[in-house]
Amino acid sequence: MVREVPESTDQTSQTPAEAVVRAHEVTFAVDGRELVSEVSFDLHGGEVVALVGPNGAGKSTMLSLLAGDVPPSRGSVEIAGTEVGKWKSGPLARIRSVMLQHNSSNFAFSVDEAVQMGRLPWDVDADRDAALVAEAIADGDLRGFEARDITTLSGGEAARVSFARTKVQTTPIVFLDEPTAALDLKHQESLLRSVRQLRGDGAAIVVVLHDLNLALRYSDRVLVFGGGRLVADGKPAQALTESLVEVVYGQSVRRVQPEGIDHPILIPV
Amino acid sequence: MTSKVLNQSQMPVSAPATSRAAAKAERRHSIRRLPLLTCVVVGLAVLVLLMVVSASVGPLRIPLGDVTRIVWTQLGLGDGSGMSQRDVSVVWQLRIPRVLMGVLVGAALAISGAALQSLFNNPLADPGIIGVSGGASAGAVGVIVLAGGSITWLLPLGAFLAGLAVTGLIYVLARPGRNTGTSRMLLVGIAVGSGCQALTGFFTFIADDQQLQTLTFWQMGSLAKVIWPQFWATLPVFVAGLVIVLLNARTLDVLTLGEREAQHLGLNVKRSRLIIIIATALLTGAAVAFAGAIGFVGLVVPHIVRIVIGPGHRGLLPISAIAGAILIVAADCASRVVAPPSEVPIGLFTAAVGAPFFLFLVVRMRKSSW
Repeated sequence: MVREVPESTDQTSQTPAEAVVRAHEVTFAVDGRELVSEVSFDLHGGEVVALVGPNGAGKSTMLSLLAGDVPPSRGSVEIAGTEVGKWKSGPLARIRSVMLQHNSSNFAFSVDEAVQMGRLPWDVDADRDAALVAEAIADGDLRGFEARDITTLSGGEAARVSFARTKVQTTPIVFLDEPTAALDLKHQESLLRSVRQLRGDGAAIVVVLHDLNLALRYSDRVLVFGGGRLVADGKPAQALTESLVEVVYGQSVRRVQPEGIDHPILIPV
Repeated sequence: MTSKVLNQSQMPVSAPATSRAAAKAERRHSIRRLPLLTCVVVGLAVLVLLMVVSASVGPLRIPLGDVTRIVWTQLGLGDGSGMSQRDVSVVWQLRIPRVLMGVLVGAALAISGAALQSLFNNPLADPGIIGVSGGASAGAVGVIVLAGGSITWLLPLGAFLAGLAVTGLIYVLARPGRNTGTSRMLLVGIAVGSGCQALTGFFTFIADDQQLQTLTFWQMGSLAKVIWPQFWATLPVFVAGLVIVLLNARTLDVLTLGEREAQHLGLNVKRSRLIIIIATALLTGAAVAFAGAIGFVGLVVPHIVRIVIGPGHRGLLPISAIAGAILIVAADCASRVVAPPSEVPIGLFTAAVGAPFFLFLVVRMRKSSW
């Protein structure tokens, strides 16, 4: 079986659209300690951007800032030209969706109902809603699970349900916080293929990833965080050099280019 | 470095996983629910029957047929000629307001329990357990002692306002989130509840003899002294809370995902939170104002109803209201029948069922959620 390998050609330059997300000198401090320091970047439609970096580098905090969960201490985050804090929650939910890391629930909704909740920001259109939910469930390999009680799901299954809910929200901006952390190999690949598909539809996607090889394989651009700062921003194959990874993570790696695969692979040594 | 490779046919195949055990597990975890309409119809039928029975039993037994005739007559729909005046006044002046108040109290407690559980994202929340009832009680006692208790409508109002303050306080101290769990909610509830008890104790201490009599009766959790004016004073508070909660059924559904998730789905979480806190305070205030603090209804009822029809609030709220009403009307009925002519407090029955149930839930709860 030949699997389509995502190309890392520069597709973004073909659609020189306005930046849909703009972080400008964003700083977030708690008790005087800066978790995110003076980070600036623009994000365009049709772009998969991976946020990578060691534990505590500020990736999840950055995602919260982008999502509008917390206001920045200094600087600004703009979504579609408006500061994220100035958006009303309803309209904002029609343009950006967020998948968080923790997806446990205490209430026994069915998988079907849990995915359906992603349609909340939109006016009810029973047929379309049902079609979107069914598609997301099939895509997440959750068919046959529709009636399952979500409190009984494994971590990976819960993450797939959460991703399906994010997808049916059908927003042009998507923020994903470590969506693949609990997933097995097959589902990691299929989730990130879905992400590529969203990108193909013109969405801008920010995804926090721990696995640098997944970032190399699936993202158009990486933002490398270290100690709350943005230390590198560029195409993954160019940004993720042996020396940068070693400096940021404190772990030496070898970069190899296997034959027949069009992106390099990092191996810890 | 050799590793034995299994023969292909011996390899465990992960998909499709259609072994019989897996299918069984699948069925066990699958959700089966009763249709909403069936539950409403059956629930209402049981409730009405119980209400008639409850109006008939007591120190003075009045046949069921007479109860319905008296009610029809009073509503101007029947001919009450030949009824004994004593029966009429016992049924219409004493028992009917009491039964109606029972319906209201049970429904209010069950719905406010369901709403609090969603708000705290925790199935163990209950107005009694987390101290909301205690706060409302302190408010009502304060009104009895400070205002003399002669102004009927002030009581539900005082209970509502105090309940509101306490719910807000508990929420600020034990907001659901990644660093707060059930233990925090329960600990805050214990502390706030104790504070309210101290306040209630203080009011009791400064009460005069006549007020004390009112208080003692009231603190036992009983419907025995309920008369029409009290029912009418409570009804608007109850209806306001009920309408607000029912209109926010979808909001309550989404809040069970967590506050951040709800915000990401377009909910104005700050506003929704405030609305739900106000609604639960209204309901708890209505429940507590004249009947006293009756525990565990808000915990037990929504929990069982969820198993029957699922956690979706559009069904959960109305069915919990009916089931809560059934529970309180039945308990009130039993309180008159068990040891006549004295009455057993209703709270005793609900606690006898609720306390073991609560312990069962605590033991069964996943460790991760603490």
